[in-house]
Amino acid sequence: MAEEVKLFGGMWASLYSRRIEIALKMTGVQFEFIEEDLQNKSPLLLQYNSIHKKVPVLLHNGMPIAESLIILEYINETWPDNPILPRDPYDRAMARFWARFIDEKLIWVSWDAYRSKEEDQGKAIEEACKQLKALENELKEKEFFGGDTVGYLDIAAIMVASWFGVMQEVMKVELLTEENFPNLCQWVEKFVDCPIVKECLPHKEKMVEFIRVLLKDFLASR
Amino acid sequence: MGEEVKLFRSWSSPFALRIVWALEIKGIEYEAVFEDLSNKSPLLLQYNPVHKKIPILVHNGRPIVESFVILEYIDETWKQAPLLPEDPYERAMARFWAKFCEDKVLISIWSAFIKQGKEQEEAMVAATENLKFLEKEMKGKKFFGGERIGYVDLTLGWLANLGSIFEEIVGLKIVDEEKFPLLYSWMQDFAEAPIIRDNWPPRDKMIVKFQALLDAAIASSSSSSSSSK
Repeated sequence: MAEEVKLFGGMWASLYSRRIEIALKMTGVQFEFIEEDLQNKSPLLLQYNSIHKKVPVLLHNGMPIAESLIILEYINETWPDNPILPRDPYDRAMARFWARFIDEKLIWVSWDAYRSKEEDQGKAIEEACKQLKALENELKEKEFFGGDTVGYLDIAAIMVASWFGVMQEVMKVELLTEENFPNLCQWVEKFVDCPIVKECLPHKEKMVEFIRVLLKDFLASR
Repeated sequence: MGEEVKLFRSWSSPFALRIVWALEIKGIEYEAVFEDLSNKSPLLLQYNPVHKKIPILVHNGRPIVESFVILEYIDETWKQAPLLPEDPYERAMARFWAKFCEDKVLISIWSAFIKQGKEQEEAMVAATENLKFLEKEMKGKKFFGGERIGYVDLTLGWLANLGSIFEEIVGLKIVDEEKFPLLYSWMQDFAEAPIIRDNWPPRDKMIVKFQALLDAAIASSSSSSSSSK
């Protein structure tokens, strides 16, 4: 049966959309990428994700799925020949826990640390480092979060691989250092070097410039 | 093989209640460990060092935390009375609605309860918008899971109990029977379902607890507002 897979995603800097691109490529699924201008969302996007009106949205044979972590689970279940989630229920639970941790806690405390005013920054950095340490300990000395190969949690952790490095340069605040987080830093190097990830991940310099422009008013006010 | 299942919970937590319901729906034997959240046990802190919260499921000595993660673990480990559908697309929809209930519905209704003045008005508007989406989703179904209680029902289940408690305390109609007939009738059906009904925390204790939370919120908001009148 002919399969139709479309991915409505944000432009190159949109990391949540990159998660799905990486997962689809790893799974070997042919898909069409439709880039959305988030300042001018298409009627199709608004129809397929009428509640949140956000990207990414995966469209499989006309049926839409929204929310990046939910899409990753769908991909895992629909194309099971190259699973991205572990098979063992406990290992899966751990992967899901840490993915949610990244999205719901780590990113936010790190953002606080990057943008805090000088007087609050010490405490904010301490909190962010505490959370990064938890992730560092989870990785231990594994090659990837998924073990020998990139999996669901590695894909979810694209934020750590890309966003942290960019923010550090733009905001001139050191969080993810090799001294404090050797495992995570080594993981970042290996992750961004994977062929599929390299294809999908934006170049750091390009991201830095882009974010600098995006945050120019904020940076000017500091 | 001997199986050891423990659930760390509190008497009132709606998040822990989801796990109680799931375990009982599946007929899983477990030991409930009640925590005093003002004085967390060393075990709780050991099993959930990142968030230091309940619920925590401990299965043969291994902890799982976060209610959504625990529900999926239970469903994958004990296959009887499945909570999630089998079809991948329907599973994705269930996960989507559960996330919506948590991120949008719960937050807006909690704000409508705990905030005052303009913030409360705005929260009620948001809550109403969110409930409209749920009402639409309920069409043709008795429960979100279909004929049987499922994952989304367990996620939203707190509303079937706390909804009327909030309404009683602040005198606000959150789930209006006329505006949301399907949701309203879901709340009755869910609350009365045997396993659900048997596990509600005592209503009078809940009213005292949430009234106290509201009083504290009002006190802290009025002490922080300017007093130059």
